[in-house]
Amino acid sequence: MLNFKRLLATTSVLATLGATSALAETELRMMWYNDGSESEVMQSIIDRFEAKNPDISVVIDVVPYKSIMESLPIQLAAGAGPDLARVTDLGGLSKYYMDLTPHISDSAYWEASFGPFLDWLAPDSDRISGFMTQLTVTGPYVNKTFFEQAGVAMPGDGATWDEWAAAANDVADKLDIPIPMAWDRSGHRVSGPAIAMGAKMFNADGEPALVDDGLKEMAQRLYDWHQDGTMTKELWGSVSGSSYLGANEDFANGQVVMYMSGSWQIGQFSGTIGDAFDWWAVPAPCGAAACTGMPGGAALVAMKDTKHPEEVGKLMDFLAQEENLAEFYGKNLFIPGHLKLATGGVDFATDDARAKHALSTFAGAVPKISPTAFDLQGYPNNRIMFNALISRLNEAIVGELTLEQAYVRMEEDVAKQLAAKAVD
Amino acid sequence: MTKNTDQPAAVKNTAVSIAGWPIQQVFRLLEYPFSKIQRGVGIQGMPWIFLLPNLIFFGIFVIIPLFINFAFSFTGGTELFLSNRVYTGTEQYRFLLDCKTFGDPITCREDRFWKGLYNTFIFVFFQVSFLVLFSLITALILNREIRGRGFFRAVFFFPVLLSPVVVALIWKWILLRDGILNAFLVSIGMDKILFFVSPEWAMFWAVFVSIWAHMGFYTLILLAGLQAIQPDLYEAAEMDGTSKERVFWRITLPLLWPNLLVVVVLALIKGVQVFDEVFVLTGGGPGTATQFIVQYIYNTGFTEQVQNFGLASAASIVLGVILFVLTMLQLAVTRARDNG
Repeated sequence: MLNFKRLLATTSVLATLGATSALAETELRMMWYNDGSESEVMQSIIDRFEAKNPDISVVIDVVPYKSIMESLPIQLAAGAGPDLARVTDLGGLSKYYMDLTPHISDSAYWEASFGPFLDWLAPDSDRISGFMTQLTVTGPYVNKTFFEQAGVAMPGDGATWDEWAAAANDVADKLDIPIPMAWDRSGHRVSGPAIAMGAKMFNADGEPALVDDGLKEMAQRLYDWHQDGTMTKELWGSVSGSSYLGANEDFANGQVVMYMSGSWQIGQFSGTIGDAFDWWAVPAPCGAAACTGMPGGAALVAMKDTKHPEEVGKLMDFLAQEENLAEFYGKNLFIPGHLKLATGGVDFATDDARAKHALSTFAGAVPKISPTAFDLQGYPNNRIMFNALISRLNEAIVGELTLEQAYVRMEEDVAKQLAAKAVD
Repeated sequence: MTKNTDQPAAVKNTAVSIAGWPIQQVFRLLEYPFSKIQRGVGIQGMPWIFLLPNLIFFGIFVIIPLFINFAFSFTGGTELFLSNRVYTGTEQYRFLLDCKTFGDPITCREDRFWKGLYNTFIFVFFQVSFLVLFSLITALILNREIRGRGFFRAVFFFPVLLSPVVVALIWKWILLRDGILNAFLVSIGMDKILFFVSPEWAMFWAVFVSIWAHMGFYTLILLAGLQAIQPDLYEAAEMDGTSKERVFWRITLPLLWPNLLVVVVLALIKGVQVFDEVFVLTGGGPGTATQFIVQYIYNTGFTEQVQNFGLASAASIVLGVILFVLTMLQLAVTRARDNG
């Protein structure tokens, strides 16, 4: 009898344990990269989702950005990708995205909230595949403290790239700063100023046409700035191909007067630089055609190979709710990729005047972005153009090619990659 | 007395027999199936049975991928699975080998492939030459009765134990604009040198770091060779009053030749395959100055938006052919030497 009781007790304990573990029967995996520490904010929102949905658990796999760019496409092609991922190659991976429409409660809300960005994620259809975790705008930061110390007036709104380069050189000379100007080594970063100089990026038929007089104007300047010391070859010249390199650490360490990057650095600078010096976002400098940066951003997308489309839909519906996104954008100091929140619906979690100024500068730049820049961002094969631009321009800067040879190679590289894609 | 000396031996035997008992049981268990197998395949076939597990792994992870890679090189497009890919014949090879002047990569349609190939040859030439030379010198020194010999042997072997990424990061931190080396140069009144901006410096450090990382392994091989040379030969030479140089050229070097050949061939093959250390150290830059053939394959297959697996496979087949030729060369040299 005693043995029977023991058996019963053991069975009850095991049954309870089994029932508890069976509660979270669906596990969703989310591949994520961080610019700062946004996975922590996302985790806190997901914790609330899991509390409301005890049968679903969500695992955030934080990986380096390089893995998102290089490993994720392979995993997706092999049908072994995650259920969800945070991506920046928005259109390039669109063939792997799932259509969330049947699995979300109110597709009208999604269209009203994320309208134009949904097209970036689904260039050839009306699918709803995800939402923007941040909208980004490229543009420069300057070390305002250096300008004040050097007694050099900062060029104002509407100043050209040439005027900014001259001012940055002036400051660097007076204070002995090693790098007057630094740009992220990225084709996306170069494209905004190139469009400002008049680059069209596409021909009359809408086909990519990377090299034109506008692009040459910008490329020539970048080449010259690397030769005359305005920019250091250490950043662009020190690696090959299309590898990304940022100058954020050099800027934060007070080694750079002017740094061309984008709005996603705000949270990081607020944390790393703090009040060590006045880091100041300035409006996109002008060229002959416009004063524009490039739009862009990151999106959380659902993948079509998921085995749990219902649960993924449920999660995405939850995450896309206005209050959750307001929290996410606000805590991370991200420009909202939600149309209603973009019009002042986010309470940014910072008292840092520099961060607030940067946020308003970049948010204010959105209406001034050139339509060409939007077209380029929405073009699914834009990375082909960005990579050709950065890698060949780099080879010219270090003296392996002349600029004319680089232009020819850029066009060949784009044609080669598009041809390879057309074989499918 | 006898009892005293026998007792430890008896204890030892007992311990051995206790420790050996499980092993004996395992052998007894295996006895039956292996007897059956031997009856089936014969005594001549048994080595193959023992090699089978290794052959299976080798087949799955080397031979089958090799054939798949070969098949990929005749296809185009971006699909990952072979069955979905489009057959394009020798298009990828024709594209790779389309050059006006093979000596000038800029005249080639796929200039980066040829640049990678030339960079690899330059790297291999200098890396292998100096690697073998420094390994030989180090082995000769460590073979002598010097104080702290064991310590120095460990010191030279230590970098071999490090991951290539760790090696590259250590040296990167030393060589950066604000690294230790530049701090030293500034402290002695010199200007900073931007090592990764100059093609020559970047190639120099790629070779140097690679030698630093791998020298210990090759030194060990040569040291083993040196220790296998009979001391009698040196004693006889000494009694004959032979000079040290003559001893080196007439005794040491000829008897060390098999080990040297192994070192040269291994270093050559490893050199052609260079990737990880240099990729982390220089990123292939500046420009394409240190971009080697394996990095070209990696970039083509993985880092571009259009992941051109077909072209990357074709390039890796070309690399495979180069390695095959090097191996054949080694076999030919070994056979020629064996035949007198």
